[in-house]
Formats: sequence, C-alpha cells, structure tokens
Amino acid sequence: MELSPVARRAFAGLLKARTGQELSASRHWRIETALKPLLKDREFPSLDSLAAGLANPADRNLAEAVVEALLNHETFFFRDQAAFTQLMAGPIDALAAARAARRRLSIWCAGCSSGQEAYSLAMAFAEQGDRWNGWTIDIFGTDISAGVIGRASEGSFTQFEIQRGLPIRQMMRWFAPEGENWRATPELRRMVRFDRHNLLDAPPVANVDLILCRNVLLYFGAEERVRVFDGLAAAIASDGFLMLGAGETVLGSTIRFDPDFVHRGLYRPVA
Amino acid sequence: MKTCLVVDDSKVIRKVARHILETLEFNVAEAGDGREALAYCQETPPDVVLLDWNMPVMSGMEFLRALGTSGVARRPKIVFCTTENGVGHIRAAIEAGADEYVMKPFDRETLESKLQIVGLA
Repeated sequence: MELSPVARRAFAGLLKARTGQELSASRHWRIETALKPLLKDREFPSLDSLAAGLANPADRNLAEAVVEALLNHETFFFRDQAAFTQLMAGPIDALAAARAARRRLSIWCAGCSSGQEAYSLAMAFAEQGDRWNGWTIDIFGTDISAGVIGRASEGSFTQFEIQRGLPIRQMMRWFAPEGENWRATPELRRMVRFDRHNLLDAPPVANVDLILCRNVLLYFGAEERVRVFDGLAAAIASDGFLMLGAGETVLGSTIRFDPDFVHRGLYRPVA
Repeated sequence: MKTCLVVDDSKVIRKVARHILETLEFNVAEAGDGREALAYCQETPPDVVLLDWNMPVMSGMEFLRALGTSGVARRPKIVFCTTENGVGHIRAAIEAGADEYVMKPFDRETLESKLQIVGLA
C-alpha cells in the first residue's frame, strides 16, 4: 500500500504534536504495518484516506486511535538483565540505607508500556524476601497510551509476552493461567500501580527515589528530550537515581543529570 | 561458537529453529526424536538442547530421564520447546531437570531471551 509524503507528514505531525515522539525516516516502514488494523476497523480504503479523515471534526477518536497505533510498545521482562542485576545491588543498597528510617522506596517507571518492567522490579524486590519486611515499595508505571496502561493494570500477558525475558520458574511463581493469558498473582499486582501520563506534561510524582526511563527517549526530538529530562529532574529526590536504556545517555541532552561513574547507565540529579 | 541440538519430529520446526539459531551464531545439529538426540549427546555433547515434548520413538521427557543416567561427559542445558503449554507439563519438565521452557509458537526474540537466561546468548 502506497503511503504518500502528505499522509506520512500528517501521521508524523500528529504523533509529534500529541506525544513529542518523532517518526524518523528509519521508522517510516512501521506506519503501514501499524495502521493496517485501524484501516480495516474504520473501513478506510487507503492510508491517504485515513490521513484525510484526521481532518474530520466529527471523528474525534480517530486521531487518538492513530497515535495509539503508531506508538512503539516494545518491551519485555528483565530487559537488559545485567542492568537489572546491577540496579538491585549497588543503587538499591544505597537507597535502602538512605531510606532506612522511613522504610519506603518510590520508583517511577516512566514510559512503561504494558508493564513488564514494573512487574520485573516487583518480582526482584519480592524475591529478596525478608529484606523488605516492613517496607513500602511503591512501583508506579506510566505511559501515554491508554491501551497499554489498561493492560499493565490488569497484569495480564499473552503467551507471547510472558515468555520474553521471563525465566520459566519465575513465570510459574508469579503468574497463573487465566483464559488464554497469564496473569500476575494478587501479591505481585499489589506492588505496582499504573496511570496514564504524557512525559511532556508535569511529572505525576515528586521526590521519587528511582526513575526508570528506558528505551523511551530515543523516540523524542532533541527539544522534547530536554523537556522530558526537566520533568524527570523535577520528580526525582536529590539523592535519587535515574536509569536510562542501554543506548541512551544524558550527555548532550540535559545538564539536570550527571552520569553516575560507579554504576554505568545510571544518572544522578545535579543539585 | 556454541552448539545447539534441535530435537523435533517436525522438519519445519527444525528448519525455523535452525534459521533463528544460526542468526544467533550457533552451530546447529538436528535430531528427529529423543533416541537420535541421546546418541548425539553421548558422542558430542552440545551446549544446549532445544527439546520437543511429543515425538515418536522417544519423547522429550524420556530423553531427559535417559540423559540423566547416560553418563554424558557434559550435561547440556535443556530448553523444552513444545505446544504442551499447561501448568502441569511445565511443572513436570522443571522437576525433571529442564533449565527453561519455550511455549510454541515462538519467535527469534523469545528464543534469544531463553538462551540468555540459561547463559548461552
């Protein structure tokens, strides 16, 4: 199916306006695949007609449906296992010592997609057993997509999703079959909560001990990236940690965070 | 380069698995049932066995039990790869010594993540 430059600009412009995310040339191939189900559902004969439909004021939900379809929801359990292992050692140890009096840790998974990262963290804490007795571990996941946040809140994963990155023993310990899917146990679900949030808006939390914003910023333009970092800096505790994805860095994008030279891939807020 | 023995009575599944594994830079060997797989392991133990459950001659579970008493020089990692996706089957496989479990159908990312979990990718 042909995608005209006009339609491509319309979809890319809509995505950027609503989310700050860019459809770079290397992602243009995704447009057709991502929008095909929507074309069928809404009975548009072509991508051009779908793009034209965005101008119809009577169809208010169409733009939101297009944005939902264009967002990249790629995620899996324990993504970059080495980073998780490192996180649960040094940085969490440091935070545990610093928060020993109030016995509370707050974690924000910013851009969490369907929740695998938040549930991975919940499992990592739960499996440390007695260490966290008497503590409140608040794991809060947000994403701009209503669809994935709904699924994250359910804690329900398809067979395809559940086995990506999740060791089978942990799957059996923390998930149970429910219909065609695997659903997180109530114990695990109690440790996480989710809400919809646009990273370009004011942060939904404050004084957070740890922020994970992994493999999200690469979709933003330079200007929007600065705004997102400003929001993360406003949300984080002065001695907190920011964790980015393996290929991401603050360097050249913000002066609000510095690399943590002890823990690679982690960043500390600048006072 | 690590070696993976793909054990499945379906040529199609073996072909798909081989293709994925070769992109992950594995040497790939194939067996059509558990008995063939056991003979291969006794001759040249692979690093990992990707093991179907239901096969003629010798099933995946029978292979796993036989492997345990075969005295192979080096026990490979065992990753079940099967359409038997019920809790009972998964539990039985773990209790029999399987290291990981892939529920069919699977894709490259799933298989890669399971091989990473067993320390081989």
